[in-house]
Amino acid sequence: MLITELKSKETIVSLVDGKKVFIINCHGCKEVHFPEKEAAEFQKELADSGNVTGIMTKDYICNPENLKLRIQKYMDAIEAADAVLVFSCGVGVQTIAEYLGDKPVYAACDTYPLPGFQGVTPLEYDCKQCGECYLNLTGGICPITACSKSLVNGQCGGSKDGKCEVDSNMECGWERIYRRLAQLGRLDVLKCPTQVRNYATDEEVSK
Amino acid sequence: MKISELFDRGEFVVTAEVGPPKGIHIEHVLEEAKTYLSGITAVNVTDNQSSVMRLGSLATCKALKDEGLTPIFQLTCRDRNRIALQSDLLSAAMLGIDNVLCLTGDHTKMGDHPQAKPVFDLDSVSLLHTIKQLESGVDLGGNELVGEPPKFAKGAVVSPCSDSVDAQLAKMERKVAAGADYFQTQAVFEPEKFIKFMEKAKQFGKPVQVGIIIPKSAGMAKFMNNNVAGVHVPDDMIEELKADKEKTKAGITGVEIAARIIKECKPYCQGVHIMALGWESKVPALLEQAGI
Ligand code: SF4
Ligand code: SF4
Repeated sequence: MLITELKSKETIVSLVDGKKVFIINCHGCKEVHFPEKEAAEFQKELADSGNVTGIMTKDYICNPENLKLRIQKYMDAIEAADAVLVFSCGVGVQTIAEYLGDKPVYAACDTYPLPGFQGVTPLEYDCKQCGECYLNLTGGICPITACSKSLVNGQCGGSKDGKCEVDSNMECGWERIYRRLAQLGRLDVLKCPTQVRNYATDEEVSK
Repeated sequence: MKISELFDRGEFVVTAEVGPPKGIHIEHVLEEAKTYLSGITAVNVTDNQSSVMRLGSLATCKALKDEGLTPIFQLTCRDRNRIALQSDLLSAAMLGIDNVLCLTGDHTKMGDHPQAKPVFDLDSVSLLHTIKQLESGVDLGGNELVGEPPKFAKGAVVSPCSDSVDAQLAKMERKVAAGADYFQTQAVFEPEKFIKFMEKAKQFGKPVQVGIIIPKSAGMAKFMNNNVAGVHVPDDMIEELKADKEKTKAGITGVEIAARIIKECKPYCQGVHIMALGWESKVPALLEQAGI
């Protein structure tokens, strides 16, 4: 089980301020508790400001095939937006960010674990429910699962030929993040303040 | 003595590195350091290098200090959480060890205890940030320290010949923002790449010591090319090492190569850091040939 919670309003507003946004909600699986009511209220406020080019609410957007099928008829509205704001667990955000490539994709939620059954996660992307989603600082690629050391402040010195020091079959997650940010023209987000993880929200610590 | 004071005075700072033994007998390390390294500014002590369990870095630093050398305490985030790291930093300051080098550390899978739990509670950047916070008299949890806070010269590392050098520069900038006072680099065998790197790194305004390994053989060079991240020994150097086996075995070729690299890089950097890997005895000859 996991639980998604809206990031603070200030955080979300600072991400999309003055931008045209397309909103995607995932009302996906039974494993996720999603703050539907708060999200709807907040999205109404955003829409009232006239900056929302469209809203798509679907389930199981974490499944790339499913996402591809469902997102097609919204592509014009997405094209018209500067950024896509996603209300889902960390896996959903990563699936959309990968699919949309050079369109900025922001996470509006943090994902926390709930003891018990883990959600059904597809193979491509993983979310460890770290409780303070970093996807907005990493171009939509999860540093917790894509980096062998779960580093949140950039690449270690261990990558060789683009591969991780731990596993030569695995691409270095921070090289992927760097490339994605370069593609988005957002290398400036690497200048963000030093990140210190909060393990008080971690499953191992909080249970 | 903090080595940052020497950088501030504009000195070209020379450091070398020693690795603690896998055991409790440290006499040999101390003897070598005293004999061959007492002429240089400071001596790095590695922290369970390559994730291989050894005698502790802090204890070795203290032993070197008692012998009159200036130790640099290397600190990785692999084996300790933020409580242990901060506690060790306070211990270092209490022992009068005020030079630290902050590293993320190799993964546990790379070493001789692949079953161990990798910690990485902090990383090199958040460790620098933590030290800065301790220096202000507050720990990472926001609690006040009692009495005078510690002060360190805070070192960090960067890999200038890495194939992802832009990502490395981005990380370097984060380290500067987090409080790094100076940098030591991964071993350089391609001075052109280092010089290009320095053109970009200059903007951060922090002293950089070029990392040097004395190549011991063509085999070692090839091994590094295949296994060590950010290190590439060019083919012509490998040929040079192959040419006269006896000369190479005696260390003469390696010292010549290393001295050449230092000379080429010297105008672009503020110091040199030598990773002798057991060839501490060659350090004096190397420095002499490099004109330092
Ligand atoms: S950063 Fe990764 S682990 Fe943390 S919530 Fe986001 S997707 Fe999940
Ligand atoms: S090589 Fe890349 S993926 Fe592997 S631990 Fe280092 S930064 Fe993370």
